[in-house]
Amino acid sequence: MSSQSRDNGALAGPVVTAASPWLMYRALVGIGLLCGLLIATVYRVTLPVIEANKAEALERAVFRVLPAARSSVSFAMDADGRFAQLDRGSRRNSGHKADGAASGNRLVYAGYDEQGQLVGLAIEAEGMGYQDLIRILYGYSFDDRAIIGMRVLESRETPGLGDKIEKDATFLANFERLDVSLDNDGAIAHPIEAVKRGEKVSPWQVDAITGATISSHAIADILRRSSIFWIPRVVGRRADFRLPRASHNDAAQ
Amino acid sequence: MASDADNRGAGEQSTDDFIRGLWKENPVFVQVLGMCPVLAVTNSAMNAIAMGLATLFVLVMSNTVVSLLRRFITKQVRIVTFILIIATFVTVVDYLIAAISIDLHKALGAFISLIVVNCLILGRAEAFASKNTVFRSILDGLGMSIGFAFALFCLGSVREILGNGTLLGANLFHDEFQPWVVMILPSGGFFTLAGWLLLFNKLGQRKVRAQLQRSDSDAELGEEKFA
Repeated sequence: MSSQSRDNGALAGPVVTAASPWLMYRALVGIGLLCGLLIATVYRVTLPVIEANKAEALERAVFRVLPAARSSVSFAMDADGRFAQLDRGSRRNSGHKADGAASGNRLVYAGYDEQGQLVGLAIEAEGMGYQDLIRILYGYSFDDRAIIGMRVLESRETPGLGDKIEKDATFLANFERLDVSLDNDGAIAHPIEAVKRGEKVSPWQVDAITGATISSHAIADILRRSSIFWIPRVVGRRADFRLPRASHNDAAQ
Repeated sequence: MASDADNRGAGEQSTDDFIRGLWKENPVFVQVLGMCPVLAVTNSAMNAIAMGLATLFVLVMSNTVVSLLRRFITKQVRIVTFILIIATFVTVVDYLIAAISIDLHKALGAFISLIVVNCLILGRAEAFASKNTVFRSILDGLGMSIGFAFALFCLGSVREILGNGTLLGANLFHDEFQPWVVMILPSGGFFTLAGWLLLFNKLGQRKVRAQLQRSDSDAELGEEKFA
């Protein structure tokens, strides 16, 4: 193709040898403006769809870690440790931000059953895995005083080895009922710990995956740190999550 | 070769623009361009197809725009403007994929943004689109990117079958198959690429040898005639 297109180029291409600065500015600024306009348009058009997708993905995860939940509402913790309900619009915004670098978000998602009764809380947590940051969502049940579900939201663990933390059924069974009950002082009685596969004896231990030791220990570490922070803070404020009748209808939609 | 192209009909020429990228000048197997996405995202056939389609969109759009604006872009600033145009379409594709499927967007990760530095796209803008008509540039872009997607699929399917025992997510073997995990790890990409390049070079050599033999026999015939 070389000689052929070079010949065509001589005919069709720019024959300018020493372009005036004006021509260069025209090309650069003109194309820059066109490109900027195009990006801005596509951004405006796709933004609502992308945010809806993200909210939907998070919502799906909330219902996976709180299997009995039929609706969910997000709550933010204020400086005094109280929890206040977020309206739908701001929830989307914060969900969007949470996806970025802002890891300091103080959001929890409360799940409710058909009658509007509180099932539990879904809490986001993150920590270092083998390759990169792992982000997870776990469900906490006030009645069971235990973690009742865990899902990996984002991880780059080694395919075939570390990524078993997302798929391995025996490993995921650890989180169907993982004890995080509080002692008399209001702290976690038994911090979550990872043990070798098959050596789990207590309800607060996590059976690690053989061949994915680091990744499964990382999950246990993330859960331990997050539960030590969150569980004492939410248990005392269970009443904050009770839905007023008016907003219950809204949440059930 | 130039006179060849001029003598042929326009239809034949445009078929040639299109076909070239598919096989004879396949971007991956013959030109060995754009190795970053080739090695990085071909750990499953689905990722390979998605990356191929994203590249197709960017390459066809950037070829079209570069060709449309080719008289407007002065020679001194052409690389900057090409990159600007390519980056714009990559950003557009990034938004579109996130809007279509968050899961797919997650699987492709940083590699969507890295389409910007895929030298195949800049290469086509510089070597073809900036010198040819819009129609021919679109055909060239289509041919090259379909060839690229085909190569990605070749790698992705081999790696997924050997490394995971599945193809496009469907289980191919019964449980007795022990997947070769190495194939979906980065090193598996190099092994698979090496295998395909070996095959393509073998095919290419055989063709060259066949041509040589033919021209030898042609020459002999010619000599006989003279005699």
